[in-house]
Amino acid sequence: MAGLSNVPARTSLRVPDDGEEDVPRRIVAKQSTQDLVFTHGVRSIGMLVLVIVGSIGVFLGVQARPTFRHYGWSFFTEYRWLPAQDIVGIAAAMVGTIEVAMVALVIAFPLSLLTALFISDWAPAWLKPLMVRLIDMMAAVPGIVFGLWVLVFMQPHATHVAHWISKYFGWIPIFKVHTDVNYPIWNQAPGYPSYEGSAFIAGIAVSMMIFPMATAVMREVFSEAPAGEKEAALALGATRWSMVRTVVIPFGRSGIIGGTMLALGRALGETISVLLIISEAFKIKWNVLESGTATIAEVIASKSKEATPAQLSALLTAGFVLFLMTLLTNVIAASIVSRGRSGAGTEI
Amino acid sequence: MSIMTARHAAPPAPEPESPIRTDDDVEVIRRTRPRTSDDDLILVGAVLGSLGTTWLLYEQVLPFSGSLGFFVSWYLVFLVFYAGLTAITRPRAVVVDRVMTSLVVAAPCVVGLALGSTVVVTLAKGMGALVHVNFFTHDMSGVRPSDAYSAGGALAAMVGTVIEVSIAVAIALPLGVITAVYMSEVGGRGARVVRTIVEAMTALPSIVAGLFIYTIFIVNLQMQRCGLLAALALAVMGLPIMARASDVVLRVVPGGLREASYALGAGKLQTVWRVVLPTARPGLATALILGVARMVGETSPLILTSGASTFLNWDPLHNPMNSLPLYIYNAVSSGEPRFEVRGYAAAVVLLAIVLTLFLLARLVARGRTR
Repeated sequence: MAGLSNVPARTSLRVPDDGEEDVPRRIVAKQSTQDLVFTHGVRSIGMLVLVIVGSIGVFLGVQARPTFRHYGWSFFTEYRWLPAQDIVGIAAAMVGTIEVAMVALVIAFPLSLLTALFISDWAPAWLKPLMVRLIDMMAAVPGIVFGLWVLVFMQPHATHVAHWISKYFGWIPIFKVHTDVNYPIWNQAPGYPSYEGSAFIAGIAVSMMIFPMATAVMREVFSEAPAGEKEAALALGATRWSMVRTVVIPFGRSGIIGGTMLALGRALGETISVLLIISEAFKIKWNVLESGTATIAEVIASKSKEATPAQLSALLTAGFVLFLMTLLTNVIAASIVSRGRSGAGTEI
Repeated sequence: MSIMTARHAAPPAPEPESPIRTDDDVEVIRRTRPRTSDDDLILVGAVLGSLGTTWLLYEQVLPFSGSLGFFVSWYLVFLVFYAGLTAITRPRAVVVDRVMTSLVVAAPCVVGLALGSTVVVTLAKGMGALVHVNFFTHDMSGVRPSDAYSAGGALAAMVGTVIEVSIAVAIALPLGVITAVYMSEVGGRGARVVRTIVEAMTALPSIVAGLFIYTIFIVNLQMQRCGLLAALALAVMGLPIMARASDVVLRVVPGGLREASYALGAGKLQTVWRVVLPTARPGLATALILGVARMVGETSPLILTSGASTFLNWDPLHNPMNSLPLYIYNAVSSGEPRFEVRGYAAAVVLLAIVLTLFLLARLVARGRTR
């Protein structure tokens, strides 16, 4: 027995304990000069971009200080824009910005969702790449072109729709128009607001701008829905819609919300089509169908050129507020998109 | 026995030669269709029935009018008829499926109509000025906006757009791509900060970028409005967009490729230059060209920075420089009918430029996938 127990002690490789601790060797990957230059060059350019880009945010923030000191909180609560009397506030413009963006979302969201679903689950294989390309192309169409389209083509129809809605649903506060709805739209009593140049009509143009963005995000997430789960649903006898409802939409929920938020961020900052369409009015107006509103971006575009330094500071502050609004939406959107089930990195 | 078990184990496996079929009959593959003629007839019936009903009620009985309302009502009545007809013979799940399919198919049609009408309306409105060659070869100097279309044109605006966008791209594109390389290839804590800030700044509304340049250069530094400032505003707006788009493209380059490159002894620069960038090339090109297209169409920063000239100006450093979006904006807001038509013609040119850039992006992307 004693002999047997000695055998393993002999055969195992016992390193003689000479008091030395085992320390993992430090691996030093020495970069070549070429790589050092590359790394540092790229890093310094990255930092340069950081400085350029960051300085805009800092600059806007710094410029906002004198405005806040001068106007205080009334800058946010004052709706009039009378620089000559030193009464300046962005309450009306903020309300208008949110209104236009909301109208755009109400129009664009269902269209984007349904179009993204069509591309991912309904379209035949030959149509899919064509539609993806078309929507990418739509994203590149300049905003001013959609503005023109709404101005010439949509507005005459949209005013009828607005008239119809205000006539039959005017009892809902946001659809009320402060005019006699029984007058035909081409014959409004003078002095009453009309249906043209309203937040609703500007929202149509903005919805065309944000639709491709929202659709692209949603489509991408939908296309990542696991094929196995989809096939399982179909194999269990689900109709196509039941499959979409139980597999694709729950899987793509983060993309739906995130894409919508990204689109909202874009809608808040849209300038030129709004500037073309709306008739500017500094009034807090919750009735979206009524003529006359203002958005922050549009106010900056229309008021900057003849602004005194004090007003310019106020406009910069308005720009800063707008930037913070879009930034907040984008940050929320990004965190929602990244939290979803989809979006894992590509690895071989 | 063993054959039987093998077959049971893997029923969907294709059988190369079925031993059962020994006769020489030519098998005709039966065409399978998910729909029956019953389904097709229900659809046709619903379309025709709803058209008739809508026409009768909308045009004859109820006090409505207008073509838009007619089509909307027709669609709604169609949905009801389609659901009702299906419900006679099919279970509820199928009814819901058909209604949702009708909605899902209608949405892209609506968008397609909108997009198509955008192009058609712009083209139709601008045709009056577009057919004259001088629209492409003359500027507006010495021409009143109300003059006939055979005088004056948008040459100054086209040249201005090309110069301004070229300068902006020359600034934003290299900086954007290198920043993206830094963010995704070099990495580290600094890269994370840069990524956060760059992603945040993609939210910068273009008008605010314009206002930034306007305040710094025109108000504080007392510079004249010129093409360079417009280009700077476009670059400031486009830099985060391009950096972020490139970053997204670089990040989907498979890590295995990089590791293979390092394992073969390549350094960082070699890996980026020889492996990562060539792999990402089609995606990168598409992202960057789309970024350029976005710059070409951007109007709002130009309102504040470039000033609008009527004359041809090749010098981005002095004197105002016109550009297509600005030309369109000034034309349309002028209220002068002939100038408006010129604006629409310029919009057609702008659309054509954007479309060309887009097709270029597709070509580049396709050329490299092989």
